[in-house]
Amino acid sequence: MTEILETDTALGRPIKRKEDARLLHGQTNWTDNIQLPGTVHMAILRSPYAHAKITNIDVSPALQRPNVVAAFSAKELGDLNGSIPCVWPVVDDIVMPAFPALATDKVRLVGDAVAVVLATDPDHAADALDAIVVDYEPLPAVVHMEDAIKGGTLVHDDAADNICYKYPFQSGQNYDEVKAKADVVVSRRFVNQRLIPAFMEPRAVVAAPMGMSEEITVWSATQIPHILRVLLALVTGVPENNLRVIAPDVGGGFGGKLQLYREEILAVQLARKMGRPIKWNETRSEDMVATHHGRDQIQDIEIAATKDGKILGLKVDLLADMGGYLQIITPGIPILGMFMYPAIYKMDAYDFHCTGVFTNKTPTDAYRGAGRPEATFAIERIVDELAAELNMEPMELRKKNWITHDEFPYTTVAGLTYDTGNYEAATAKAMEMFDYDGLRAEQEQRRASNDPVQLGIGISTFTEMCGLAPSRTLGALKYVAGGWEHATVRLLPTGKVEVVTGTSPHGQGHETAWSQIASSILGVPVEDIEVVHSDTGRAPYGMDTYGSRSLAVGGQAVKAASERLVEKARVIAAHQLECAPGDLEFVGGEFRVKGDPEKAQPLGAVAFEAFTAHNLPDGVEPTLSAEATIDPEDFSYPHGTHLAAMEVDTETGKVKLRKYVCVDDVGVQVNPMIVEGQVHGGLAQGIAQAMFEGASYDEDGQLQTASLADYLIPSAADLPSFDTDTTVTPSTTHPLGTKGVGEAGAIASTPAIMNGIIDALRPLGVTDVTMPAAPMTVWRAIQAAKQGGAA
Amino acid sequence: MTHITATVDGTVYEADVEPRRLLVHWLRQDLGRVGTVVGCDTSNCGTCTVLLDGRSVKSCSVLAVQVDGCEITTIQGLAEGNEWHPVQSAFKECHGLQCGYCTPGMVLASVDLLGENPNPTEEEIREGLEGNLCRCTGYHNIVKSVQHAAEVMGGAAK
Repeated sequence: MTEILETDTALGRPIKRKEDARLLHGQTNWTDNIQLPGTVHMAILRSPYAHAKITNIDVSPALQRPNVVAAFSAKELGDLNGSIPCVWPVVDDIVMPAFPALATDKVRLVGDAVAVVLATDPDHAADALDAIVVDYEPLPAVVHMEDAIKGGTLVHDDAADNICYKYPFQSGQNYDEVKAKADVVVSRRFVNQRLIPAFMEPRAVVAAPMGMSEEITVWSATQIPHILRVLLALVTGVPENNLRVIAPDVGGGFGGKLQLYREEILAVQLARKMGRPIKWNETRSEDMVATHHGRDQIQDIEIAATKDGKILGLKVDLLADMGGYLQIITPGIPILGMFMYPAIYKMDAYDFHCTGVFTNKTPTDAYRGAGRPEATFAIERIVDELAAELNMEPMELRKKNWITHDEFPYTTVAGLTYDTGNYEAATAKAMEMFDYDGLRAEQEQRRASNDPVQLGIGISTFTEMCGLAPSRTLGALKYVAGGWEHATVRLLPTGKVEVVTGTSPHGQGHETAWSQIASSILGVPVEDIEVVHSDTGRAPYGMDTYGSRSLAVGGQAVKAASERLVEKARVIAAHQLECAPGDLEFVGGEFRVKGDPEKAQPLGAVAFEAFTAHNLPDGVEPTLSAEATIDPEDFSYPHGTHLAAMEVDTETGKVKLRKYVCVDDVGVQVNPMIVEGQVHGGLAQGIAQAMFEGASYDEDGQLQTASLADYLIPSAADLPSFDTDTTVTPSTTHPLGTKGVGEAGAIASTPAIMNGIIDALRPLGVTDVTMPAAPMTVWRAIQAAKQGGAA
Repeated sequence: MTHITATVDGTVYEADVEPRRLLVHWLRQDLGRVGTVVGCDTSNCGTCTVLLDGRSVKSCSVLAVQVDGCEITTIQGLAEGNEWHPVQSAFKECHGLQCGYCTPGMVLASVDLLGENPNPTEEEIREGLEGNLCRCTGYHNIVKSVQHAAEVMGGAAK
């Protein structure tokens, strides 16, 4: 292993981003900017009904419209109408219905695709959709999970009682026996509402036959160009070697672009059929119904404890809304959460059950945190409820039950082994920054004086599992792929470096951070390193970006490949310097003969020798590059303590986030500026779930929040500045000592806000507020409590 | 079709446009000025913000026929040659962008904000940018970027 010396200072510095120049000057290459000669534009006719039989579709009138090249329903598409596969069949007897790109006999959600028009410009393609005649026989819509599982109307005929799967998991001692010994048992039903990813760049795809070969190139606003290539090959039958997938500049994803979408299948199939480039970009209103949603669980949670506050056991029973079809990892999302309900707490028994339910709504799938935010919300909320029941200070209850720093590595009741952590240190720092005691005193004053604006303190002491993932673990969970990551590092003849990564950034700054890792090992300046990514033609191996995996897995691959490159170069340098490789030390980008620092060879000179190959040692091949494919030893387990001061107007229900403090431990930080930015963005999304966002459907299955005018993404005016800091407890299972950070803020912040709101209102008898905590919702909870009912 | 003449990022364009043509579509589809982007269809997101005679507008809410005789600055025309506008520099310095999709609109809205109020408070910045949505940054570093730009541009940060 190459020692990272003190002179290699790129690692850990808040270096300004390489990506920014093009993004700040409009010199970007968004998919929608790509305009190839001969392009035809695709527009999609979508179902206005949540549930209906299709009795007839006539696309022919659209062909009479100006500039229209072709129109297709499933009938005209025939064998080209692929079906979207689900790659995470979580149990053997899961019901996995067909999910055709264009609906055949039935539509199952508002926005289901029924026909496409191709025209020479996007406006005429959209205009011509009006001409298509579709005869529907509307059916009752299955909207609520609790109704769905009673049977009656079925979303899919082969899913009895609309049940997709049942997933039981028990670990530790028998829960019921443990519960029988408990002094206190607290049960709550939480609703973790449906959210819409709403990345700023709407989805877009261009698929083009490349003419001079059999290749079809696909540009897509996706997080997963590599996985997409495999899936498109399987679905369309285009040989994988003839498919090149490029994710150019991508404007956010948050899990919403971790998907194989029907529009991508249609673009590829129609490009083949028409022999022309096909382009599609969605409107925002389309995005709201046609891009997968996140969360949407009803959580029945029960916690058992002794009267002095020792947690004994936890029981979790979930209803998880799958929506109308299964997208690629829809069923797996609640199962990712399964491991995280016990969180940072020691307990003897854990009982989990999840029922996946079909409804006539947009499919759910990964959204920032993917299962772990739901779990963290439930456990952090129920711990606060337990504290109230026991009349204990909620932080004291947490301290009594959490894993202490000297107990790591620690295997939780859910079976995960957390390598490291220091909850005491992060909490102490956060409480000091927050002025916890001062705010508790203010809270007492406000309560005593019956202040109409009450103060609540919300706590979330979270951990999560990320850095997806050890391939064997994924296999054991029935996920149909691995979790490794690849890097190739090439030293070019001029001494410049190419780092080829399989990760696929869409805002995370990999071009900068990966350069820092390579620079720290190779001693090459950050600006002389080019990071190549997101193009299966230039970066052929990869598993892409999601699950806070890119640094935790991909960063390790960059490190390992860089180190291997140094070792290959060392052999050439030794030959040049006429010494043994072991006589050389590698410092500041040059090989020096130990004890004779005047005799040195810079890495660039070695690169040029490897290029000319005039004087290579016997058996050494020309060119200089190294590869590494890393399968992580384990997940990484970032953690942190988040504290929110919430002011709640008890007369109007208006909620104000007055102060937010968090101290996260994401291990070693390659670029603290980027880490902090990731935390900020995560916080905003998690806070938004608590206070602002929620996808709502009416009884007919119409999405009521189908535009940015109706779905409340917070603006700058809705949020405060955040007070963030970190502790650093290096991961011992990841060679750089890093953990993931992309999802931490989103996972931790939702329960901090909700615990704060309820803490403010608890003296009034409020024990729960449904999310989002809009003024009307909060006011109603207060009124219900005043009238003696539960909120 | 209506005949219009407008200056976009220093170049004078003459065109015949359909009455329904939105400014943003004229810029992107007809002129190829694709630095300006589209993020919604309800004028909520602000990603398409440009400067129209020096003031920020959402170019999805302006018809191309309305810019006849006007001067438009997009993100592609904000820098003076190689000289970045101080707001562009401040966004880089303060990590005020991640994916960068909201950035063109956010930068141009900030330019207008600082033109109107060279010394904004944090609250004034937040209120001033509420028509521009960002999904990545939580706005924390966008606010810092604007504060930093205000300082660099000679305003005293409050």
